[in-house]
Amino acid sequence: MSWLIFALIFWAGAWALNAWIARSRYHKLRAARVFVPVLFGVTLLILWEGLVRGLGVSPVILPPPSTVAETFAASTDTLWEDFQQTVFKGAMTGFAIGAVAAFGTAILIDRSAFLTRGLLPIGNFVAALPIVGIAPILVSWFGFDWQSKAAVVVVMVFFPILVNTVQGLRETDAMQRDLMRTYAASYVQTLIKLRLPAAMPFVFNGLKIATTLALIGAIVAEYFGSPTRGMGFRISTGVGSLDIDLVWAEIAVAALAGTVFYSLVAWLEKAVTFWHPSQRG
Amino acid sequence: MRSFLPVLTVLAVIVGLWYLAVGPMNIRVSLDQAERAGQVVTPEGSRVRQETSVWILMAKNPGQIALGYDLERPRLPTPVQVGQELWKTTGEMAMRGRAMSKRSLIYHGWITLQSTLWGFVLGTALGILGAVAIVYSRVMDMSLMPWAIISQTIPIVALAPMIIVLSSQLGIEGRGVPKAIISAYLCYFPVLVGMVKGLRSPAISQLDLLQTYNATGLQAFLKLRLPSSVPYLFTSLKVGIAAALVGTIVGELPTGAISGLGARILIGDQFGTPLSIWAALLAAAILAGILVTVLDVLQRVTLKRMGMSA
Repeated sequence: MSWLIFALIFWAGAWALNAWIARSRYHKLRAARVFVPVLFGVTLLILWEGLVRGLGVSPVILPPPSTVAETFAASTDTLWEDFQQTVFKGAMTGFAIGAVAAFGTAILIDRSAFLTRGLLPIGNFVAALPIVGIAPILVSWFGFDWQSKAAVVVVMVFFPILVNTVQGLRETDAMQRDLMRTYAASYVQTLIKLRLPAAMPFVFNGLKIATTLALIGAIVAEYFGSPTRGMGFRISTGVGSLDIDLVWAEIAVAALAGTVFYSLVAWLEKAVTFWHPSQRG
Repeated sequence: MRSFLPVLTVLAVIVGLWYLAVGPMNIRVSLDQAERAGQVVTPEGSRVRQETSVWILMAKNPGQIALGYDLERPRLPTPVQVGQELWKTTGEMAMRGRAMSKRSLIYHGWITLQSTLWGFVLGTALGILGAVAIVYSRVMDMSLMPWAIISQTIPIVALAPMIIVLSSQLGIEGRGVPKAIISAYLCYFPVLVGMVKGLRSPAISQLDLLQTYNATGLQAFLKLRLPSSVPYLFTSLKVGIAAALVGTIVGELPTGAISGLGARILIGDQFGTPLSIWAALLAAAILAGILVTVLDVLQRVTLKRMGMSA
């Protein structure tokens, strides 16, 4: 009971503090912008801990975060092995292949206005489809190991990146292209010096969407058969054998991996498109 | 309409490539089948053929390539086969009055559609409420917005089995609720982001005008902010419903569900009937197309009646 009361008091206190910061004149400071969401997240964790302990929820249903953290610390070897299998071999490889393929296809297709007009609606439609469904088919084609996971990821990330890149390549206006013509720039020069840089905000938009898709694809594909390692494998067997602590630890790893992967791409975007208005604000 | 011909061309190219791929993809299966039927194929024995490349196999057995286009369990079915399978499990069953039989994709599509719509409603409501809170309260903006973004970088599929275990432990019968939760999770984010943008879209001068009218905050919300957010709302609803469908299917895939399009894919995988997987995939694609189109039409009608059509 004391846990419950503590959690509720902490919640109220944290909320009051956050509200005070947001109303004070410090709210524009960078420190405040970081502190407020972090405190919000910590509050959620403490509420979770307090509710689970205070209400006596069975750890088989929902373990408190402290138990998950203990399991996490105790099984770093397993988690690391799974992480390598799923994120490095499955998701990253597939992401790289898919991104390069989509980028190349976009540049090829961009040469024909006819094909671009035909491909954009189809690409947009396919990007909205539940492509994860092909996971079992690709697993039966490419076998149980990471190759099939990478294949699922390739198909899933291909269309969002393709559509965004094609759209980005159309971003330059006639004035800019005319200027390049007056410089007697060749197609390749125009592409590299004008159109690709102009397309970069769009490309990164696609890449950012694709980061989450890549992890989803790699994990779902593992539900359909994998060697005895990998995050999806551990989660599906963990649920079956009621190893719920370990499942939550894997979820934490997946969440961390997703966030870090996304931040990496966002950081790269900042470095590449530093000139764009959305990055200067 | 201008892009009708190009779209058709690209579609034709895709179907053409698909047909070309069917030959090499299925050559091993069709050679195995031909050998079992007593025909002479080179080289003999499927173990030997595993080590030969498909192109050599095709060159040595040109007579068996055609077999690959009409297999019962192909590695890659032809588009026509998929279409036939889809018709067999939808239209044909409906004509025999068994549209809601457990073998019919109409039934499974209906199950999936229900969860999708529930998740969509839930996610949209959460997204709109969150957006209102974010626009009107700076604490919410500062604490909620970063977490909303982080929540989307977390692969929800990792959570899917847990959500299903949790809700069954809490005594929630059936799989409808957990599936709806998963699809709401995927669906709320685009709505939230779009609505925040939309609710903030009125210019300062417009808000000032309402001030001079002595309008209350509620009036400003109902008469200015809400109407001007509608175009943003519809755009994000279209993204959201597609995401909700993905969420439902993801919720059905890894969890041993027995009904729904995702479950058809799972069962097709377990029983080794690729045609039913492909048919379910096609049905899911058609469902996604219908949902997005319906919202698109709604958007056009609504914006036209509001005098906002572009």
